[in-house]
Amino acid sequence: MTNELNKSRLKKMFRTMLISRALDERVWILNRQGKAAIAASAQGHEASQVACVEALDPSLDHFLIYYRQFTVTLALGTTPEEQLRTFLAKDGEIMSGARQFPLHGSHPRVDLFSFSNVVGTQLPQAVGVALADKMRDSNAVTLVFFGDGAASQGDCHEAMNFASIHSLPVIFFCENNGYAISVPLSKQMAVENISSRAAGYGMPGVLVDGTDIFDVFEATSEAANRARKGEGPTLIESTVERLLPHTTDDDHSKYRRKDDIEGLSRMDPLPITAEKLVSINVLSKSDIQMMEKEAKLIVDDATEKIGNEPYPGVETMLLHSDLEF
Amino acid sequence: MPIVSVIEAVRDTIRSEMKQNPSVFILGEDIGARGGVFLATDGFVELFGPERVIDTPLAESSICGIAIGSAVNGMRPIAEIQFADFVWPAVNQIVGEASKIRYGTYGKKICPMTIRIPYGGGVRGGLYHSQSIEVIFSHTPGLKVVAPATAYDASGLLRSAIRDDDPVIFLEHKKTYRLVKGEVPSDDYTIPLGKAEIKREGEDLTVITYGLMLHYVLQSAVECEKLGISVEVVDLRTLRPIDRETIVKSVSKTGRALIVQEDTAAVSISSEVSAIISEECFFDLDAPIMRLTPLEIPPMPFSPIQESEYLPSKQKITSAVSKLSSI
Repeated sequence: MTNELNKSRLKKMFRTMLISRALDERVWILNRQGKAAIAASAQGHEASQVACVEALDPSLDHFLIYYRQFTVTLALGTTPEEQLRTFLAKDGEIMSGARQFPLHGSHPRVDLFSFSNVVGTQLPQAVGVALADKMRDSNAVTLVFFGDGAASQGDCHEAMNFASIHSLPVIFFCENNGYAISVPLSKQMAVENISSRAAGYGMPGVLVDGTDIFDVFEATSEAANRARKGEGPTLIESTVERLLPHTTDDDHSKYRRKDDIEGLSRMDPLPITAEKLVSINVLSKSDIQMMEKEAKLIVDDATEKIGNEPYPGVETMLLHSDLEF
Repeated sequence: MPIVSVIEAVRDTIRSEMKQNPSVFILGEDIGARGGVFLATDGFVELFGPERVIDTPLAESSICGIAIGSAVNGMRPIAEIQFADFVWPAVNQIVGEASKIRYGTYGKKICPMTIRIPYGGGVRGGLYHSQSIEVIFSHTPGLKVVAPATAYDASGLLRSAIRDDDPVIFLEHKKTYRLVKGEVPSDDYTIPLGKAEIKREGEDLTVITYGLMLHYVLQSAVECEKLGISVEVVDLRTLRPIDRETIVKSVSKTGRALIVQEDTAAVSISSEVSAIISEECFFDLDAPIMRLTPLEIPPMPFSPIQESEYLPSKQKITSAVSKLSSI
């Protein structure tokens, strides 16, 4: 895979961002209609997510995600229909058979997994995945995502410490949106940047603008190169805004100032990315309008199809448990 | 057949599994040059190298989290928690994560890992080197929990644990490590997980137990025989899944059941065994189910007098057996 973002890759990335946004908005509506039990929106994180995935090789590398990762999963090849099925808990749901919250479980086509809702547990697990690769002389890299909230967990410290001691091929990718549900960064840590902690583990810490696909892509490519050369882990902190409340069950007007909420759209990665791609002649404004229409159509079709599908019945409840015979 | 101690049986079994399968590796605190605080991995780093014998920082949660990640990615890790009392930081990774991987991924991922945990008291370990920690794991669907009492069982069950495709908590009673010796064949035998064993046959009364207590119960059974009471002894060996069939068969035959454990009684293995007997042997019972367990205080005092008062002993077991058989 070349490390250059050519026109067709950029187009594909922007298309994924648009579909992600359209799905995200749709799931929010389905929640309000009582059809989707819960969703954690990725709105505001799309550029960061699509760009770091683009820097890796989904056919070789491992991806440990958390719950706010619509765009990561789409970029890795989950289809919009599969995605919608995970939110509606329909039969054949691809990650966990509709046992877990949306986007949790594992994927049959790419090495994408997310086991739990306890933030930070994926970090030592990712280090273990990378340790196994190192033991077998595999060239794979493990990309593990977490938020600023998870950065306070002991598991985060333990994972980074161990990965650096053993120079493991891990990229610790922190999506810093400034809030752990309602608690702002200033009450989570006394330093300004999570990336500055990397020095304490003896690894590079990189701060990137999470609305800038080029910035994120470059930092992730560089981290992947280091990892593949056996030079060890990297901590990337990608600053983003969470445009919506923590989940469909949250109300951010209780803890964010009104002008803060009103100003969020300035950090929306979709118009920011669109403007960039127009300015470098990758896309025209009419291309973008067409792509937005296409994304809505894809999501409409998926909604119509998945909405009528059945829920998994009791007959599969014991599969893959101790009680399966 | 060679006579070996429990710790030698554990060491020989891990060594032989590591020789046979390059996916098996070990990680834990002081397991390298030190060979483990109980010497379970003595000489391993020289034999297998530091890549497969990983001395970790003092960080139990990541020991288990890293083991999980490597297991999901095709390895068969054996993690050592130095003392059971230190496992609590790792409970989130074991109970919250490892146990749910197969079910939560609809069978797409498995987590074939063994966590070896020296547990139990009677070794002047005080409050933080004596704990019994089996209950929380035995309550958790998706985990298997093994607690052998003899060298033969330790070897055969450990081999099964390492080869099992799901997470197994392997509890080694540290007082048995050097105290208990027995014949262990040098061949590659396994003992299936989930099967109890009748360690002594009897007619009048069944004692159900596991771990170190098995040895006190067997010594007591010899005494009881002299008192004219024939005791049958069930060694649970695996605590989850528990072997209902063997318990029910024995208690249905004798009509009397005493459960002896080193752990405190409330919501414990003895509670579960008692419930099984109530559910399945009610009409065969000639007397109420009896439990012999320590008092409900934090285990266990450092003072030698208080420690021995705390633990069930041969004398206390004999006295409980006499009482139950006279009802």
